[in-house]
Amino acid sequence: MKIVVAIKQVPDRDAPVRIAPDARWIEERDLQWAMNEPDAYALEEALQLKERYGGEVVVLSAGPERVGSTIREALAKGADRAIHVVCDDLNARDALGAAKLLAAAIKPENPDLVLTGLQSEDVGLGQTGVIVAELLGLPHATLILHVDKTDAGLKVKRELEEGWFQEIELPLPAVLTIQSGGNKLRYATLMGIKKAKTKELRSINAAELGSDSAPVVALEKIAAPKKQKTTQILSGSAKEAATTLVEKLKTEARVL
Amino acid sequence: MSIFLVLEERSGRVSKASWEALAAALKLGAAQDVTAVAIGAQTEALAAEAAAKNVGKVVRVEHPLLARYSADGFLLALEQVVRREEPKCVVFPHSYQVRDYAPALACRMGQVLIGDVIAIDEGPIFTRQLLQGRLTGTYRHRGDGPCFVSVQAGAFRTDSNALERQGGAAAIERFTPEIDAAQIRTKPGEPFREAAQTVDLGSAQRIVGVGRGIKEQENLKLVEALAETLGAELAASRPICDNGWLPMERQVGSSGQTVAPKLYLAVGISGAIQHLVGMKGSQCIVAINKDPDAPIFEVADYGIVGDLFEVIPAVTEAVKAAK
Repeated sequence: MKIVVAIKQVPDRDAPVRIAPDARWIEERDLQWAMNEPDAYALEEALQLKERYGGEVVVLSAGPERVGSTIREALAKGADRAIHVVCDDLNARDALGAAKLLAAAIKPENPDLVLTGLQSEDVGLGQTGVIVAELLGLPHATLILHVDKTDAGLKVKRELEEGWFQEIELPLPAVLTIQSGGNKLRYATLMGIKKAKTKELRSINAAELGSDSAPVVALEKIAAPKKQKTTQILSGSAKEAATTLVEKLKTEARVL
Repeated sequence: MSIFLVLEERSGRVSKASWEALAAALKLGAAQDVTAVAIGAQTEALAAEAAAKNVGKVVRVEHPLLARYSADGFLLALEQVVRREEPKCVVFPHSYQVRDYAPALACRMGQVLIGDVIAIDEGPIFTRQLLQGRLTGTYRHRGDGPCFVSVQAGAFRTDSNALERQGGAAAIERFTPEIDAAQIRTKPGEPFREAAQTVDLGSAQRIVGVGRGIKEQENLKLVEALAETLGAELAASRPICDNGWLPMERQVGSSGQTVAPKLYLAVGISGAIQHLVGMKGSQCIVAINKDPDAPIFEVADYGIVGDLFEVIPAVTEAVKAAK
């Protein structure tokens, strides 16, 4: 099976984020970056499918030059080669604009399967995989925890809400968005990191993919969230704060 | 200039999230302009429920091939009814099912879904969360075609009188989409649950929820001790269950259980919306986190900003001392 995995580089979960002066996005200077976690699960699923059924895993990522570090991480974990769609304006694109870039890069690869995470941890649109499927004219399934190959195509386990699941059969080629938790993520080995340096990493300029169009939906301004409640922050040492908390839970909130 | 409201079924009834989407639709236009869309193989009961609400009319989009949800089936059916009626906006609840097809439906119409919206203001300006709730962003729709919007569970209130209808039931129309069995490429199976649930977090009076901040499985004993001292059930956010540190049935959030105990103590949980939707109805919420900007503090009544490895044992001791 030839599998393309679309991965995104996002701000590291623990990195402090600051709103940029124009309030249109966050300050990207000095930010730490990481592989979007649901995409890491998509990569893991792809690597395991390759181990079970053979084939090739191609990682695909769009973004500026810094994205290269996340691509190399994917190669070190075991992807065979990579495509970097170089574009400095990913944030200015809406879900359709970003999906068009990816779909244009995927199409000439003719993969059997396209995997991506169910959503990104930065803008969290949760749409990329579904739109890529639509643009490529392929069937799709979302929130997938497990993938098996069958004679007719795939049988996948889909997560529904409130602890329910469902199995779906679909033909290949197909697009799946992967939910986290279906597998255990692997670490890159020292050998993997060494090998990654020799693997093919092809860069394509976004402009070459000819998919520029004005966004239909525009992010105009970002802000700190509005508080829904007045929170009493209890200060002091751990011991002092703990004592105050227990007292307030008893006498004020009356829940102890 | 009509507004479509796409209803979703849950156990034979219109889901609560659908009525929240109605509340959102009423922010975009007048009730007489709202068309509620019931979609499925048999929609009579759903349509009747919707006709009793404050909507202009109800359309039953019915076809035998829509008996079980498939993205292809719903896409074909809704595309046809949207093209026929040309609504200005199409509003959905932001459910797992909607996430599965609405982005493709918008794409088919040359549009982009504004998903998981938490507020709608004059403009209209749509607010959604960014970076797992650490920031919010405001969006505008610039296209000529219909504006597709899905709204986050719990973000719009359904207890307002505005949702209730005065007078007789709204008119109900029927629409039969053209769908061929061969156009539905996926074969969806019957929904199932894994092993029977043995923990009923829903009826717990006190819950200690633990998140990524706990760092290692080994450290769970700290929160276990706290839970035991409080007489509380132990729960977790998704990453803890993904790692296998606690069983999936202890997961609180959109993919786990929804809880509303008297006391919910969130330990090392940043407060991504997927977790918040499962616990924000709790009577009293306490958050303990090292990051003062963590979104969990937005829903907390009491907060302690600090190292949970120091704070948790201190709280356990304080509870013991107060007994």
